[in-house]
Amino acid sequence: MAGIPHEEYEPKSKFEKWLHQRLPIGGIIYSTLMIPTPKNLNWMWIWGIILTVCLVIQIVTGIILVMHYTPHVDHAFASVEHIMRDVNGGWLMRYMHANGASLFFIAVYAHIFRGLYYGSYKAPREITWIIGILIYVAMMATAFMGYVLPWGQMSFWGATVITNLFSAIPFVGQPIVEWLWGGFAVDQPLLNRFFSLHYLLPFVIAGLVAVHIWAFHTTGNNNPTGVEVRRGSIEEAKKDTVPFWPYYVIKDLYALAIILAIFVIMVFFMPNYLGHPDNYIEANPLATPAHIVPEWYFLPFYAILRAITFDILFIDSKLGGVLAMFAAIAVMALAPWLDTSRVRSGRYRPQFKWWFWGLVVDFFVLMWAGSQAATSLIGTISLIGTIYWFGYFLVILPLLGITEKPLPQPKTIEDDFDSHYPPDGQKSSASSQAPSGVVATPAE
Amino acid sequence: MKASKFLIALAAMLLTPTVALSAGAGGTTKDVAFSFEGPFGTFDKHQLQRGFQVFHEICSGCHGLKYLAIRELARADGPSFPEAQVKAIAALYEVPDENGEPGDTREAKPSDKFPENNGAGAPDLTLMAKARAGFHGPMGLGLNQMMKGIGGPEYIYSILTGYTGEIEEVAGRELYENTAMAGGKISMAPPLEDDLLEYEVHGEAEDEAHSYSPPPATADQMAKDVSAFLTWAAEPQMVERKEAGFRNLVMIILLSVLLYYTNKKLWAPIKRKA
Repeated sequence: MAGIPHEEYEPKSKFEKWLHQRLPIGGIIYSTLMIPTPKNLNWMWIWGIILTVCLVIQIVTGIILVMHYTPHVDHAFASVEHIMRDVNGGWLMRYMHANGASLFFIAVYAHIFRGLYYGSYKAPREITWIIGILIYVAMMATAFMGYVLPWGQMSFWGATVITNLFSAIPFVGQPIVEWLWGGFAVDQPLLNRFFSLHYLLPFVIAGLVAVHIWAFHTTGNNNPTGVEVRRGSIEEAKKDTVPFWPYYVIKDLYALAIILAIFVIMVFFMPNYLGHPDNYIEANPLATPAHIVPEWYFLPFYAILRAITFDILFIDSKLGGVLAMFAAIAVMALAPWLDTSRVRSGRYRPQFKWWFWGLVVDFFVLMWAGSQAATSLIGTISLIGTIYWFGYFLVILPLLGITEKPLPQPKTIEDDFDSHYPPDGQKSSASSQAPSGVVATPAE
Repeated sequence: MKASKFLIALAAMLLTPTVALSAGAGGTTKDVAFSFEGPFGTFDKHQLQRGFQVFHEICSGCHGLKYLAIRELARADGPSFPEAQVKAIAALYEVPDENGEPGDTREAKPSDKFPENNGAGAPDLTLMAKARAGFHGPMGLGLNQMMKGIGGPEYIYSILTGYTGEIEEVAGRELYENTAMAGGKISMAPPLEDDLLEYEVHGEAEDEAHSYSPPPATADQMAKDVSAFLTWAAEPQMVERKEAGFRNLVMIILLSVLLYYTNKKLWAPIKRKA
């Protein structure tokens, strides 16, 4: 499967040979597990495994929750309390599922920003990147619909606000909203279809994840230097890589254990910290909460939605906000073509680094702005944040490739690795031993 | 290097909850040191028994507790009422009779939930301690919830003790000024006053020579006790959850240590550290 030269699977036992002639599943498992992986990957390359585990946690706890949940406007809220109080281990399943969503988004944002910093989206990994953005969009849809299911106040009013966004579409907006609702208000039909789709989408995500992995197993992993693995021969490739099993499996498991320790603290000691108290009040269509706030992982884009408070030509402010919100996600998918730099990794791009960390700060500022009541000051901050977000992708990335003078990159992954772990054990002479043109940047 | 920067960014993300700002006048929550706070906190069964008495004799006149099963009162990590007494308590409540005509009621059994009660427009109290955030600061970030908790019980206590004595008539309805209520006015009349009831001693009092003697039933004491009881009612399995948390945390830390050394040994030849 991998484009990097590696040893092919050879069935050894009689059974393996018998199976291989009929179904080459052994070969697929072998080449997936033994894929040559750059040996200089740092700790930002753990998030893929964390995300996979998150998906499994969400599907397993979700399937158990469905066994006890009732998708009916009169019973949904009570059935969640039934899960919390009467179902054995029910509280654990629910708290894992609710906090699992947060862990999922923490991991996906770390994963996305890692890709943005190290240029993982650049050729030849555009398909991997776009599939990744599709997974992220599917995650947001799933999380949004899942949050509606407990039928608390924030569920109901969140669903009302978000579905109403579609009414901004000219001419057909209101019919589309009524079609989404299955009626003239957020009510039973919406709850029922959200339940159905919330069960369906995780399996769509699982399928997209398989394609995501397939795509980057074809191109090989990116790595902190952005320099490609040498592919002249198996021997050459082996100098730049180690097999995924056991080296990265064990490393990723270690990272997973640390992340799960934090998850355990969240689930068992502060399970409601990331939630909203209003969602412990049953949905009431007659009482609007003072502040309707989405979950933390939507806040940056919610801030962008609210940042557009003025009409742009014939586009009114409501439609403008909706378009800006969706465009803010879509523009990420275009990064492979907007970034004109021939250098892949941000490590060798002195100007890019500053703009990148600006984007990270911008993300948190937008997140904070999205959580605050809409005042004119918050509106202004959100607008500045929105301009930076689009400016980064549409102006900075294209221009930097032309204006920036990149730093010299190592010739090979091996050189980068050796500069940190010198071959003869003498660290002091490492840089002098390394071939000329190599920068002794530590492999993080 | 970059990894650590990302981790700091992630930590900041973890600390950013989705709390809204408290509105306008009022909305002041007093901090109370409850026994159940923090990772080691457990409920004080005597306080829960007193709190239940306050709910039963005062609050239940208007408020329901419809998600709480009466049998939970016997929980050993909760109020620890003796089984016989839970049965007697259940018999004091009337619940809808599923075998009778619509509107018929019967005596409750321990397996029943407490009855619904919202005749006076009073909200159900089962989840009240989780449905209100008392703490929002600093700057609306909600970071102080990391240390102080979300502040639900403190909110209930602050409402019960937040009356200033001022009454205002708005559209034929009496509103009471309250420093804890968002907007500064609440339609509930002050429910507590000193010595409104006398605390009883339950359970082991009969068998133990040196049982505890309950504190005087001041309005402040009753407010604290009923806030503690409602926190327990909102999540009767809280102590069980924390205990399970410690077991899980110990296991996962052990696993992390083992994996740390496994990983180190595995990579040593590759990194030429062997």
